[in-house]
Amino acid sequence: MRGLVIARLVIREAARRRLLLALLILTLIVVTLTGWGFSRIPTITQRGAPLPDVQIKVIASQFLILTMFMFSFVLAMAAVFVAAPQISGDVESGTALAILSRPIGRAEYVTGKWAGLAALVAIYAGGAAAIELGVVNAVIGYVPPEPLAFIAFVIAEGLVIMTLALLLSTRLSGMVGGVIALVLFGIAWIGGIVGGIGAAFDNAGITHVGTATKLILPTDGLWRGAVYALEPQSFIAAGSQAGPASAANPFYASSAAPLSFELYVAGWVALVFGLAVLSFRAREP
Amino acid sequence: MSDAAPAIRTEELAKRYGKITALAGLTMSIPAGDVFGFLGPNGAGKTTAVKLLLGLAKPTSGEGWVLGAPLSDRAAHRRARADVGYLPELFRYQPWLSAREVLRVHCELIGLDRARWDAEIKDALGIVGLAERADDRVGGYSKGMQQRLGLGVALLGRPALVLLDEPTSALDPVGRHDVREVIRALKARGTTVFLNSHLLTEVEQVCDRVAIVDKGRVIQVGTLDELLRADAVRVRATGIANGGYDGLRSFGELQHEGEWLVIRGIAQDRVPDLVRAIVERGGRVYAVEPRHESLEDRFLSLLEKPRP
Repeated sequence: MRGLVIARLVIREAARRRLLLALLILTLIVVTLTGWGFSRIPTITQRGAPLPDVQIKVIASQFLILTMFMFSFVLAMAAVFVAAPQISGDVESGTALAILSRPIGRAEYVTGKWAGLAALVAIYAGGAAAIELGVVNAVIGYVPPEPLAFIAFVIAEGLVIMTLALLLSTRLSGMVGGVIALVLFGIAWIGGIVGGIGAAFDNAGITHVGTATKLILPTDGLWRGAVYALEPQSFIAAGSQAGPASAANPFYASSAAPLSFELYVAGWVALVFGLAVLSFRAREP
Repeated sequence: MSDAAPAIRTEELAKRYGKITALAGLTMSIPAGDVFGFLGPNGAGKTTAVKLLLGLAKPTSGEGWVLGAPLSDRAAHRRARADVGYLPELFRYQPWLSAREVLRVHCELIGLDRARWDAEIKDALGIVGLAERADDRVGGYSKGMQQRLGLGVALLGRPALVLLDEPTSALDPVGRHDVREVIRALKARGTTVFLNSHLLTEVEQVCDRVAIVDKGRVIQVGTLDELLRADAVRVRATGIANGGYDGLRSFGELQHEGEWLVIRGIAQDRVPDLVRAIVERGGRVYAVEPRHESLEDRFLSLLEKPRP
């Protein structure tokens, strides 16, 4: 399987160019700072009395969601930066000529690139989230309801934006493809908020805009799934009482992502990956 | 020409990009074991032809066979590429790998038996003179070293066919000499070499046969002897009587070059008659040399000649 050679090259490049080292150091810095922050939560007092345990958990869960949003955002950015020049960079430097003249098909080459990038996304998302969750647990004894589901959603979000950037990389330079992928990521995030506002005001038109952006690029939908996995039941109950207005809050999810959405995302990734293979097949390096 | 099946064959192979014709109906056959020079000015379609042969670009029309595998049969062509080495004209290997690692990647891409890797890599590094820098990062290599590495990559696994696209463009005279030696060694080994070049002297020194391409078409193909036929002779003679030259014009077109008299378009078996005619006209002959047209002269005259 020659695709594996390509996948290993992607990972080796990230290691050699010290991307993994840089991410590890930055993650440790963030974890240290947020760990200190979490450790201060129990010291908060209200009218001289310490906060009840339930409230500490709610604050911790909120703080954790914000921290994890930063991680997922960094993951999306990093995935775009690494994926966007993957194929276009090889074509521009002529590396692709040397590789593709070997007995390797275009589909194998694109699959190898995707697999290598997917491994990087999984390593970073899984590693960073596990370290952060572990530190929070050690410092304050808080474990979110579904940590594994959370990691799975964040990895899926990274895979979605990475696959899109890889598709763009088959045709556009890394710079252009990267900017487009990030703009779309931003639009999807705003689209999620807009859809929430539509729901709050019971406006079908605006809600549909939100749903459409969620389907065109499902990153925000996946983020909401990740948020839901971090929310304690008490918090969801409080949010439900606040009514549909809370749907506009990008750091809140009122319900779990339905299975149909998860299947849709799998189909979306397969489709965009297939387009990347077709697009690169028609390209001359 | 050998009787073996051709290593490369093309029939009306063409590539167009919109209105631009990069290659217009290339038809040629390169016998296995030949060192074949593919000559042409910049933009003649040389690199396009190589990319088509390697499956890096799809032909607009026509067909080609590489080691017997047709370009149109993707799976068969892919398998055949395991036995083809290629040095691209413009390329860069992963700058964060060492030369040895680049070679390992290509051993794996070819599907070479792992037990052979070390020996093959050592061989390739030795041939191209990079053994001492094998573990340095490619990013720190000069252009010439990168080209040497590219040649090493093309030689891995002892391929039956090697395509070299301007292999000496970044090399100094020593490097060029080394590349010529490598090509001669490949020939001795029975490897077919397809040499894309615009460096005529290089082609003249190593190639058995040459095709001259221009504007996407082969305008002449043949052995160097066929291409560079000796159809002129230089004679150093003194004392030819006035008016004596007129009688010599029946041998060919006359031209004076200092002490030398050049007769163009003379058949080689008439040279003794020419010498006798000069002597009969009072001339004293000091030297007679057949004059070969240089590849450069031939190349330029072919490119200048108006074609339909």
